[in-house]
Amino acid sequence: MEKLLEIKNLHATINGKEILKGINLTVNAGEVHAIMGPNGSGKSTLSNVLVGHPAYTVTEGEIIYKGKNLLELSPENRSHEGIFLSFQYPVEISGVSITNFMRAAINAQRQYKGLDPMNATEFLKLMREKRALVNLDSKLANRSVNEGFSGGEKKRNEIFQMAMLEPTLSILDETDSGLDIDALRIVAEGVNKLKREDTSTLVITHYQRLLDYIKPDIVHVLYNGRIVKTAGPELALELEERGYDWIKNEN
Amino acid sequence: MSNAQEYITLYDTHKELIEKPCAALLNEARRAAFDKFREKGFPNIKEEDWLHTNVAAQFTGTDYGMNLGRIAISAGLHDIFTCDVPNLKTHRAFIVNDSFQAAEKENRLPQGVLLGSLNEIAESHKELIAPYYNRLAAEGDSIAQFNTAFVQDGIVLYIPADTVIEETIQIVSLIQSKVDMMSNRRLLIILEDGARAGLLICDHSSTAKKTLSTQVTEVFVGRGASLDIYELEETSNSNTRLGHMLVRQDADSHFNHCNITLTNGFTRNCINVSLEGAGADTNITGLAIGDRKQHIDNRTLVDHKTGHCNSKELYKYILDEESVGVFAGKMLIRPHAQQTTSEQTNRNLCLTSCARMYAQPQLEIYADDVKCSHGSTVGQLDENALFYMQQRGIPADEARHLLMYAFAGEVIENIKIDALRDRLHMLVEKRFRGELNHCKGCSLCK
Repeated sequence: MEKLLEIKNLHATINGKEILKGINLTVNAGEVHAIMGPNGSGKSTLSNVLVGHPAYTVTEGEIIYKGKNLLELSPENRSHEGIFLSFQYPVEISGVSITNFMRAAINAQRQYKGLDPMNATEFLKLMREKRALVNLDSKLANRSVNEGFSGGEKKRNEIFQMAMLEPTLSILDETDSGLDIDALRIVAEGVNKLKREDTSTLVITHYQRLLDYIKPDIVHVLYNGRIVKTAGPELALELEERGYDWIKNEN
Repeated sequence: MSNAQEYITLYDTHKELIEKPCAALLNEARRAAFDKFREKGFPNIKEEDWLHTNVAAQFTGTDYGMNLGRIAISAGLHDIFTCDVPNLKTHRAFIVNDSFQAAEKENRLPQGVLLGSLNEIAESHKELIAPYYNRLAAEGDSIAQFNTAFVQDGIVLYIPADTVIEETIQIVSLIQSKVDMMSNRRLLIILEDGARAGLLICDHSSTAKKTLSTQVTEVFVGRGASLDIYELEETSNSNTRLGHMLVRQDADSHFNHCNITLTNGFTRNCINVSLEGAGADTNITGLAIGDRKQHIDNRTLVDHKTGHCNSKELYKYILDEESVGVFAGKMLIRPHAQQTTSEQTNRNLCLTSCARMYAQPQLEIYADDVKCSHGSTVGQLDENALFYMQQRGIPADEARHLLMYAFAGEVIENIKIDALRDRLHMLVEKRFRGELNHCKGCSLCK
């Protein structure tokens, strides 16, 4: 299978504090990986480093994505190359409508690929189509990005944006947090519908719950900045049953 | 005092020349105003109201010419000036520096409406104008006194009772000169009871010479009358604008003002609104966009002299590079002004560590049954929002523009004229992209 992402001995710090202490992870095209772990183990740091958040500094190691050195790319170019992060806490952007926001995003991606901007009719048709995928109300599309949205609406908006941008590597950072069962199902179904043979997903979660809907091929446990356990989907069930303490005790 | 002395000498030496082309009404007010100016001189930075705005320095170091000989500067303006707002049909009038110039070939205004030269109307309709001219400005600051002392012309807009003007009235104030030039212009706007109008006043400049304009605008909004004024500064960094607007509102009147500083060098806009009849409401908004070494000072006073009035105020600044912003807004609720509602908001963005914002929101309340609020913030663009946008593929610069544009949008949305609002959205976006140095619609800039 073709390697999509290869993380080698990745060390990263925030404000001088080392959070990631040597991550090794390979994701092949088409795979769904779950990354689980207790609070403070470095899960969100890993997703932020992958998308190039400026607050984090990579001190050692490398990330190869589609055969390129990912760490050399700007956050926007990582996005253009197909990396998408569904934020744990989506940001409210006052005064920028979802429509204008998405138009800017789509056209920036098209420009990167050497395509002309999308015409208005085509764009609105695409918006309609992708909105339906996650039952996002058309009224929300004219509102400011995430402003006054409920927790469920914010997460659905994330998956809607993912549908619009058609990423190759999607990172879902605790997409299940703050969702009720119905919203969780809608969001998970959206993710599943978007899955293609050549795209991969990294699901970051505390709980087994989301993995009932988005079936992982491989489950990793992250603890204290390192991946300490890797196994099949049965590992998630075992963690649900036994908690994280046995992992902590082993390490 | 030395720079004030220069102008005192100028006045004393050329008194006859200054007064000769002007109507008696202007000259009568002139003498009293000059005495006040002679006594006080230019405002000093030791005065609270001028703490961050050194206006005296603006009169120093440049030998401004004044067109005391009343030399006609240009004709056929409506042919060369095409920087209008598309899809907006207006009644248009020009002020070139400080002189009124007729623009329309035919007058389409309703009967009884006057739109023309202050100097001419002060002669032809002295009885009508006398109760209004300099009535508010006599109490104004020393820049207002300076203006009254040196003014030679300007514009009068008079709208009789119950007359409604549907089309927007546009006053194009154009600065045109081959030498460093000072203009002291005057606007007198009178809406009798029940009248209604919308006014767009835009400042443009076609010279790279150093220019300084004082502009005093006196506004009377009669009982039940309604007036919208939009002021747009779109000049050059070599222009200094010292504006003083004084507004008197009678009962049940509506006044809506929006000032947008898009490009200028040194701006001081002072607006005083006096609410003198129950049921009056006023809404004043402003957007200031500064970069390079621009200085933008907006000072507002809303004086609730009587009860049952509403006032609302929103000013926003976006300061880039080394620009400086000053905002001081005072809401004064006098004793007996019960049942007042008053709301003031001031939000500011400093885009660089060199940009400076001085904000001073003030509430002075002497009545006990009122609902008043004020708030002021100074901050930077939201880093989390910027990163969120970048993650979606929007380049950092574009993301900054989108956020700045969104921030400014709240003020622009207050504009009630659709075509003007659309135009301003476009102009502000261009301004942020740095594409406004050459305005495409304006043949003067080509």
